[in-house]
Amino acid sequence: MQTTSKPGRRDFLKLATAAGGGLLLGFNWYNAEAARATLIDTAAVATGVDFNSYLSIDPQGIITIFSPNPEVGQGIKTAFPIIVAEELDADWAKVKVEQAPLDTKKFERQVAGGSGSIPHSWNRLRISGATARQLLVTAAAKRWSVPTSECTTETGFVFHKASNRKLSYGELATEAGQLPVPAPADVKLKNVSDFKLIGTSIKNVDNSKIITGKPLFGLDFYRDGMLFAMLQRPGFGYKLKSFDATAVKAMPGIVDVMKIDNTVAIVGKSTWQVKKAKDALKIEWEKADALESTADHNRLLKEMLDKPEGTVRRKDGDVEAAFKGAAKIVKAEYQCPFLPHNPLEPMNFFAHVRPDGVELVGPTQTPELARNETAKLLGISPDKVTVQLTRMGGGFGRRLKADYVIEAVQVSKAVNAPVKLIWTREDDMTGGSYRPAVRYRFEAALDAEGTMIGYKLRGASINAGNATREDNFPSGAVDNLLIDSVDHKSPITTGPWRAPITNFLAFAEQSFIDEVAQAAGKDPVQFRLDLLNKARQKPVGAIKYDIDRMKNVIALAVEKSGWGVKKGADGKLLAQGFSVYFSHRSYVAQVGEVVMQKGKPVLQKVYSAADCGIVINRSGAEQQVRGCVVDGIGHAMYGNITFKDGMPEQKNFNDYKLIRLAEIPEVEVHFVNNGVDPTGLGEPSLPPAGGAIANAIFKATGKRLRSQPFVEQEEFKGIS
Amino acid sequence: MAIVKLNINGRPVQADVEPDTPLLWVLRDSLGLVGTKYGCGIAQCGACTVHLNGEATRSCVLPVSAVGKAKITTIEGLSANGDHPVQKAWNEIDVPQCGYCQSGQIMTAAAFLKHTPKPSLAEIDAAMTGNLCRCGTYHRIREAVKLASTTTETAKPAKTK
Repeated sequence: MQTTSKPGRRDFLKLATAAGGGLLLGFNWYNAEAARATLIDTAAVATGVDFNSYLSIDPQGIITIFSPNPEVGQGIKTAFPIIVAEELDADWAKVKVEQAPLDTKKFERQVAGGSGSIPHSWNRLRISGATARQLLVTAAAKRWSVPTSECTTETGFVFHKASNRKLSYGELATEAGQLPVPAPADVKLKNVSDFKLIGTSIKNVDNSKIITGKPLFGLDFYRDGMLFAMLQRPGFGYKLKSFDATAVKAMPGIVDVMKIDNTVAIVGKSTWQVKKAKDALKIEWEKADALESTADHNRLLKEMLDKPEGTVRRKDGDVEAAFKGAAKIVKAEYQCPFLPHNPLEPMNFFAHVRPDGVELVGPTQTPELARNETAKLLGISPDKVTVQLTRMGGGFGRRLKADYVIEAVQVSKAVNAPVKLIWTREDDMTGGSYRPAVRYRFEAALDAEGTMIGYKLRGASINAGNATREDNFPSGAVDNLLIDSVDHKSPITTGPWRAPITNFLAFAEQSFIDEVAQAAGKDPVQFRLDLLNKARQKPVGAIKYDIDRMKNVIALAVEKSGWGVKKGADGKLLAQGFSVYFSHRSYVAQVGEVVMQKGKPVLQKVYSAADCGIVINRSGAEQQVRGCVVDGIGHAMYGNITFKDGMPEQKNFNDYKLIRLAEIPEVEVHFVNNGVDPTGLGEPSLPPAGGAIANAIFKATGKRLRSQPFVEQEEFKGIS
Repeated sequence: MAIVKLNINGRPVQADVEPDTPLLWVLRDSLGLVGTKYGCGIAQCGACTVHLNGEATRSCVLPVSAVGKAKITTIEGLSANGDHPVQKAWNEIDVPQCGYCQSGQIMTAAAFLKHTPKPSLAEIDAAMTGNLCRCGTYHRIREAVKLASTTTETAKPAKTK
């Protein structure tokens, strides 16, 4: 898979002087006609600046940068402009950032998912900034009649130090806008060691709006004449039988009640009126498919582990022979439940279906999917659909689906009016697209020296497809290995959940590796290093992780946590648990630290060491790591959604527990400084967290937590 | 429907709503004050926190008919220029990730610090643990409340930038 994209000359199509003067730097991914970029409370942008451009500089030196990717809390709206501003040598105080609308002709990839934004756009953003800088230097050199090689740039100025002259970018913008654009190959990028902005701590560009309560989110979008809509949806395995809307239609503010596919839509003039009508509406549902319960899933998952054949994902060597000849065999099963995403802003979207096209506004991680599904549904061309992106109140993968967008479109079409469709929290938690439930069986064969000579993993899952990641560690380090999977198709819908699959696989695998190390009588870190050394010296099959980078994060976590040497107040070694995982192109090692207080284990600290290459924004990067650790711990400890006859049994935060402030451990964040091209951070720090704390709890108590949520396990009840 | 008269952010306002409408939806749907957020609707997450006569209150379960003459402050009215010590601390510590819960966090913190200007860390934890942050910005929330408590003590809230 191609992870970066280097723009060719064809990407740099357009360089124009803005109507009011100033430099406009456009690319083919920016030069098509675009709708106005912002939807609410538009920040003032310099007069005369063409919205088509990606980067513009006005005569006053104000630099406007459009950030094309959806902002879901991962900090991309701050990180992208930092990269441009770095190569431009801009004065960050004069940079304004605007959210761009959906336009894949200009922006190519507009997705918030897979931690893929930074790897995709790193080069093109750098080149865009550097191209503008080069044009400004050329303009200054012309004006002064000096060679460009004698000119330097710093914080929004071009300098000719020999003659003690300087010109601001604003003063040069119009002239620069008339120069021919250099080809990308002729644009010189900075040396990493010369970065001034990248790697520093830059504040979230939306902070002032967030802390003063300005409209920013999809739910904050209002339009004159807009109607509000909510839906009643069936449980999993049910379909709509009948409903009587007479009484509800007579309720104040209710405009219409209608069947849409398998749901009933209630449309009215205010959120509260619609909510009341929704609660009052009596609907009969009937069985249409299997009505599954958690007890069924628990049984099914175990049965799938015992099935003789699974779908083979990876096979190295002769695994049966290895187990036959083993000195010791370790076997364990791990299970994780379904989880809802629970972004604090529930699903919602604005849609206005008009004869000439569709206007969409709202929170989506995949605006292109929203547009294309809308076009498909209505049988119109995608270019008749506009999508304006709002800041998202979290997503965690839920907004990678466009189901709620389509609902808004259907209702708007049915009532022929602009509509904001809103999911209540109960809708959001019971509406599906969960993280799938999975049970793993791991088996390891050890020889007399405690070397892992055989490894088996089966992933049994409900709607996960392949619940393994067959090429991840320890694949490549074990001579005889078999990884397979078995899946059950269920009416309960599932989808990507922050760090899909690895968010629970990593916990299971890293806990199991800990068990095997213990059985082998080896230090858990040394046991992992031995495997990596083996993968280096005698690799088995394809290895898709970088052995050195994984060893480096292990070394950094060991150093910072005092692994194997740090002692508690009682003079004894602290109970620490180790975990390391490679996912979404980044490497993260974590150490959990547990102390016993009044005979009970208390998770007091997590050390995290990450290699995501160059850190763009130190503040944002630390946030992502801390957030991932809190997320990982919180869901490992508490997260669980259960079902009874197709109906989710938890519906809101009174019966579904999210981690709260008083429950967090200290989190110490470290990064490997290696100057490598950056990779994403929205996900990779989450997977290792569960294993780090489970292994630390084991060290402290001797209790092995093999299933999530921890608080519901018998083992945990014994220690809490 | 009935006309309700309210005092919000120091100004008299009115809205034509049903009396059982939660204050949250009057603020958002009728008055355009959307800084106060909907998260759960059952007073569990704190995203809808406003001040009712200075006390942190969950507006999602407060029927507008029960407000009476109480003075309501929302995030929009906490300061004229976003320069309340808590807001300044939130920016200084760079607390927000997605940002959705933060106005509720700020309103909770501002009311708390009024009562407890010099809180201990345990008091901060107890005061803030009722507000959910799904992104997990809790470390910085804690830090920002602490910072705000020191600035509240030493400097009067600035009225200008």
